[in-house]
Amino acid sequence: MPEHVRNEIHAGFIPLIDCAPLVIAAEQGFDAQFGFQLRLYREVSWANIRDKIDVGAYDCAHMLAPMPIATALGLGRTTAPIIVPMALNLNGNAITVSAAIFEEMLAADPEATRAGGMNAVKALKRVVDAHAKSGMAPLTLGMVFPFSSHNYDMRYWLAAGGIDPDNDVNLIVIPPPLTAENLRSGRIDGFCAGEPWNSVAVSQGAGRIVATKSQLWSRSPEKVLGVRAAWAEQNPQLLDALIKAIIKAGQWLEDPRNCDQAADILSKPQWVGTTRDIIRNVLSGTLERGGRLAVNKDPELVLFHSHAANFPWRSHALWILSQMIRWGQVREPFDLNAVVEEVYRPEYYRKAAAALGISVPHENMKREGDYAVTETASSAAKRGQSFFGSDHFDPLHVLNYLEQQKIRSPSIDLTRFKGLNASH
Amino acid sequence: MPQSRDDTELKILVIDENPLRRAIIEEGLREAGLHEIKLVSDMNGLVEKIYSFDPDVLLIDLENPSRDVLEQMFQVSRLVRRPIAMFVDQSDGPTIDAAIDAGVSAYIVDGLRKERVRPILETTISRFRAFDRLRSELEETRSALKERKIIEKAKGILMKTRGLEEEAAYAALRRQAMSTGNRIADVAAALISTYNLLNDK
Repeated sequence: MPEHVRNEIHAGFIPLIDCAPLVIAAEQGFDAQFGFQLRLYREVSWANIRDKIDVGAYDCAHMLAPMPIATALGLGRTTAPIIVPMALNLNGNAITVSAAIFEEMLAADPEATRAGGMNAVKALKRVVDAHAKSGMAPLTLGMVFPFSSHNYDMRYWLAAGGIDPDNDVNLIVIPPPLTAENLRSGRIDGFCAGEPWNSVAVSQGAGRIVATKSQLWSRSPEKVLGVRAAWAEQNPQLLDALIKAIIKAGQWLEDPRNCDQAADILSKPQWVGTTRDIIRNVLSGTLERGGRLAVNKDPELVLFHSHAANFPWRSHALWILSQMIRWGQVREPFDLNAVVEEVYRPEYYRKAAAALGISVPHENMKREGDYAVTETASSAAKRGQSFFGSDHFDPLHVLNYLEQQKIRSPSIDLTRFKGLNASH
Repeated sequence: MPQSRDDTELKILVIDENPLRRAIIEEGLREAGLHEIKLVSDMNGLVEKIYSFDPDVLLIDLENPSRDVLEQMFQVSRLVRRPIAMFVDQSDGPTIDAAIDAGVSAYIVDGLRKERVRPILETTISRFRAFDRLRSELEETRSALKERKIIEKAKGILMKTRGLEEEAAYAALRRQAMSTGNRIADVAAALISTYNLLNDK
């Protein structure tokens, strides 16, 4: 295991576009600027990240937002608590289908398919029904980890279109670097993963992007900085310095003048390691969707700093909990607010951001799908904030919200959760 | 290492894409008296293979991205006996640290006693280390062979261009290496590229 030297922070990461804030903090010297050295370790699986944090090989890591929450609930069976003092980014995921399934979707509903986002699932629903009717095997769809926004995004999208993710399709985990090859061989029919893997599948001719996360739920949670709670307690100053360095890196990444240099750095094999052009496209919000679809220009394809992208919203954590309950990952009742308050720790971010003169939200929660707290309702309305095609998610009434979801795991008994969560 | 009859019946699944390491691990486990071993190299159909073999212990290297596939499988498992990651048991810290160092992870069926699993882990860890040693020895041998070829070639150039005997050519290379503080192989490589440059090769 790596030896610890004073003022060194050891962090694990997975080669994805949103490891960028950590990579840039180290490569552009923001770590040194705040008096520490960031040592980064490239990993091949989220399980490795989780386990190495658990045993203390890493102090912190680039993590899927649901992972620290799963740990708090005892779902991954690891024991060392992990806190979330900040988020690394918003958005950055997409849903891609194989060329063959895309053609079937186009034939079934050309308008919905071309429109993409929540519309595209209407076309997929017709394909799924047609397959079932003719006795074909159900579609196989991939995502990256059981406790991932990708799993919940894919499930939410499917369910909103009337497709039961547990019964109408076969949902499996597939490591993102293998997605393009598996689409081509027909072992999977589609997947939800972070960039650049959707763009890679498109560039290899194997995939067509039918939805981006910013289309499904604009400014939605993705990766967080997961920190070993014991380390955070023992090293408050180092943690404060780390948060500041990552904030600076996020600002640097969003400056369009740095786009080329960022692509140069991230495309190196020790970081993300895909081609420079693909990474530059993702950073500049240009998404080639493949299959004669118009190029998608979206400045919010992935957000590293603006729109309070680094703020660890407790409403994000509550939504994640709602999905864990919805899909039967957790069945024993627990106190929702207590778990969220233990894991999502905005006080760390507030302190560091304030010292840098950056304004932070005053609230810890917001109605998701309304407008961001940092802007006015009218400017948000102009942009058309979206939340999976419905109106919003109210973090104060999670159980009510779950009761409204028609498609959900039959094994959950929401009335049992009421006892510990009377206010929800 | 003595095994009770019970332990030799533990079913062990080894997932490893490297054929050499797979063989080394298997040999180690068999030497330790374990016989119910299944080796998996191809990640396609991994889930089905695990269902049909129903292992007590599952070993997979940390460089294998399919670890995340296993995580999902154990979440929604149709298996009655759900294997869990070995890292759960913090009381066996040294073994866990050694496993991470060696680059191996294990999933163990819930309820299996630690004493029964430890010999399997220790064997696997030592086999992973043996494989690493073997690999670095192989690399050293390969680069030594390559260097010897380079020196032979440089000697040939000196013999041809300066009419030296083989021994004198080698002595010239060694002298140059000592006076410049370089390795003989590096001096030889520099000589070859200079020669090629001057002769437009």
